[in-house]
Amino acid sequence: MAAEGAFGIRLERRPAPSRAMLLATPPLAVLLTVLAGAILFAAMGFDPLETLRAYFVSPLTSLYGWGELAVKATPLAIIAIGLALGFRGNVWNIGAEGQLTLGAICAGGLALAVYGHEGPWLLPLMMLAGAAGGLAYAAIPAYLRVRFNANEILTSLMLTYVAGLLLSYLVTGPWKDPEGFGFPQSRLFNPEALLPIVLDGTRMHLGAPLALCVVLAGWLVVARTLIGFQIKVVGLTPIAAGYAGFSQARIIWFTLLLSGGLAGLAGAIEVSGPIGQLQPAISPGYGFTAIIVAFLGRLHPVGVLLAALLMALSYLGGEQAQIELGLPLAVTGVFQGMLLFFLLASDFLTHYRVRRTASTPAAAG
Amino acid sequence: MIDGHSHEGPPPRLTLRGVVKRYPGVLANDHVDLTLEPGEIHALLGENGAGKSTLVQIVYGVVKADAGEMRWNGRPVAIDGPAAARALGIGMVFQHFSLFETLSVAENVALGLETGAADMAALSERIADVSTRYGLTLDPGATVYDLSVGERQRVEIVRCLLQDPQLLIMDEPTSVLTPQEADQLFETLRRLAREGRTILYISHKLDEIRRLCDRATILRGGKVVAACDPREETAQSLARLMIGVDVSPTRRADGGADQIGDELLRVEGLSMPAANPVSTPLKGVRLSVRRGEILGIAGVAGNGQNTLLAALSGELPAPRVDAIRFEGRPIGLLGARARRDLGINFVPEDRLGHGAVADLSLADNALLSGWRRWSLVRRGLVSFAKSKERAEHVVERFAVAAPGAHAAARSLSGGNLQKFIIGREILQNPKLLIAAHPTWGVDAGAAAAIHKALLHLAAEGAGLIIVSQDLDELFTLADRVAVICAGRLSESRPAHEVTAEEVGLMMGGLFDAAIVRGGGAPSETGDARHGG
Repeated sequence: MAAEGAFGIRLERRPAPSRAMLLATPPLAVLLTVLAGAILFAAMGFDPLETLRAYFVSPLTSLYGWGELAVKATPLAIIAIGLALGFRGNVWNIGAEGQLTLGAICAGGLALAVYGHEGPWLLPLMMLAGAAGGLAYAAIPAYLRVRFNANEILTSLMLTYVAGLLLSYLVTGPWKDPEGFGFPQSRLFNPEALLPIVLDGTRMHLGAPLALCVVLAGWLVVARTLIGFQIKVVGLTPIAAGYAGFSQARIIWFTLLLSGGLAGLAGAIEVSGPIGQLQPAISPGYGFTAIIVAFLGRLHPVGVLLAALLMALSYLGGEQAQIELGLPLAVTGVFQGMLLFFLLASDFLTHYRVRRTASTPAAAG
Repeated sequence: MIDGHSHEGPPPRLTLRGVVKRYPGVLANDHVDLTLEPGEIHALLGENGAGKSTLVQIVYGVVKADAGEMRWNGRPVAIDGPAAARALGIGMVFQHFSLFETLSVAENVALGLETGAADMAALSERIADVSTRYGLTLDPGATVYDLSVGERQRVEIVRCLLQDPQLLIMDEPTSVLTPQEADQLFETLRRLAREGRTILYISHKLDEIRRLCDRATILRGGKVVAACDPREETAQSLARLMIGVDVSPTRRADGGADQIGDELLRVEGLSMPAANPVSTPLKGVRLSVRRGEILGIAGVAGNGQNTLLAALSGELPAPRVDAIRFEGRPIGLLGARARRDLGINFVPEDRLGHGAVADLSLADNALLSGWRRWSLVRRGLVSFAKSKERAEHVVERFAVAAPGAHAAARSLSGGNLQKFIIGREILQNPKLLIAAHPTWGVDAGAAAAIHKALLHLAAEGAGLIIVSQDLDELFTLADRVAVICAGRLSESRPAHEVTAEEVGLMMGGLFDAAIVRGGGAPSETGDARHGG
């Protein structure tokens, strides 16, 4: 009953996506994003080349700029390493932003609790407290998933908003700076609670080398350990994992607790690093951006590191373009969104090909 | 006869000359010639990947040939699609049925008819008419959901016959049937052939082809390598033609029974819910396996095999710890990993996606099941070098055609992957090996190699449980045979004491009659069951 001469589009799974294509899609997506950005800028009446230069080049023309890049890339890389491990095992922790917030609350709470009695022991303890806070917060979706098969995408995402409200309550209520003129923020931490700067003349702090260690550890887990292999098998073929005797529940617990703990660590690093106090908003969406970082990095630790640097640049570029050309800051979100869009689209086309189907010309032909 | 041509004798029903079909990297059909005469049952025989499916798909218009000529009743034709094939008078019954379970037989047939059928009553009458004429017992009003696999196949056949085909293509039709159902099918096919219709019969089963077919065309590597009268060949000679080398017979050595030792595994009163919504729950299953013994479990697919295999392998632990004992120790609650540690290895039915991860290399797939028995992991760190070594060892010992340990599991053909998985489990020196359909969809050469390896394992003192639908395979391998039906397992009996016929009856659910009551004649209606 097909209409004669009708054209249709059919998606066909490719037998085996080429490895080269899989590696080529992230750079391709970046290129497409830049092109689309240029068109967007032109449509807004800006000189596209000038704007792209302001966005991608200007931030990196000074040492301070490079330091800022590291400051922004640090939480992104730390969080994305944890998320990527989970994503490999089909465990979708979307609530890293909330776990980061909990980590910040625990680390910051500790700094405030011992205010005036700090010592060199404080920073390591703050890092641990942050990681513990994020880990405990991620334990909620893990328990709900394992016990009730509740979708962790929804539970972890919803818990993000709970964490945000908790932080707001704390900084406007019990933990508000008594000398802060009513501003909703905590005291500024004492220097013992702040991460030392590792590069003079910048804000790059001890968190950056820490992030590199996390990336290295992430690589070790992915490439060398049994648990990394188990995560991969559970993600690819849960039935084969059951055959091998790998416990899916264990993988869910492990990846959610690990990614939660790392997000909490990132939260602790943020409050003890660039921020230095608790505020109602301690992250410009690092927990969500890290999802893009994880995918852009192909869920591989080395890729994640590169992707984290690129996304950090998009934050800096957005600010720079605002300062130099008066572009709205929302352009950062637009860029990040386009990048994810192009990445998913090229991914899709790596796995599928589009065929035009023409119904056979009428029987006479 | 049918066409009344001027030249002597009717033209062949279908003639293919020089048919070529090329896929990227493969020449699926290499100048294939095939002639089908009216009224003959013609076998198309070949290993997996020999090009049978491609050839049949070309005839049925699903695939277009790159070159070659096709003549239908002497006239050149080009078949653009299945609709065109049906219009010419070609019907095909596929291996996998396409029926709506919630609709009746007549409604399913009506949906398949191109002309449409407004009058259901008239259609039901035609169905009843066709089914009595060809011995295809079928109630047009029955819901497909309630039908057995054999009855469903009859629906498909009737659907074809209503179009009055001159050529009927049957793709591996007996793979889902009990021996009795297969016999009925053969009777139907012979009647159809006597009316002058041509049957193109595709099968792996050499005995079947020798019983049923008048001529056989044998494909190997996309080429026609022989055409013969299968009734004048032996199963051995057909197999030789098909794979090009001699297949060594894999009968168990007569001395095998002497080596059977003490009890290894005992299952008692194992009742448990189904492994998943489409499986069958188990009811009071009882079995035992001794060292050096092969227990064969026959049964039509979907009668609880999946649940039993999951319970035995530990993927779905039993509800009670003492339901399963291994070497005297209760292990019912142990999971798959703990049981493998004890020496219980498992070859699942699904090669890709259960026994192996498609996207991972053979080395990683060696790690998948062998990481503990082969000590491939030290302090949480994987030794990939050792995994690779083990995988290479399997590839070498079991003659797996693979470029190396780095090859992805999905890149192997079904038979080679099966050899790899069986080799992987055997080289872990299991005390008990559980294998589901070990040679399903595997060509004759690989099947012989697998059978040999399994027999060798038993000769070395391991116990084996083989679950299979293929009775030939079970009788080749097993010391004792039991039958599973509707989640219940019959008593096992020595393989040389039961006939294929008896097993076939039991597969149809009559084992109360056939076995519990001392092997007496089964009741016609099956209500010899204990009341309840």
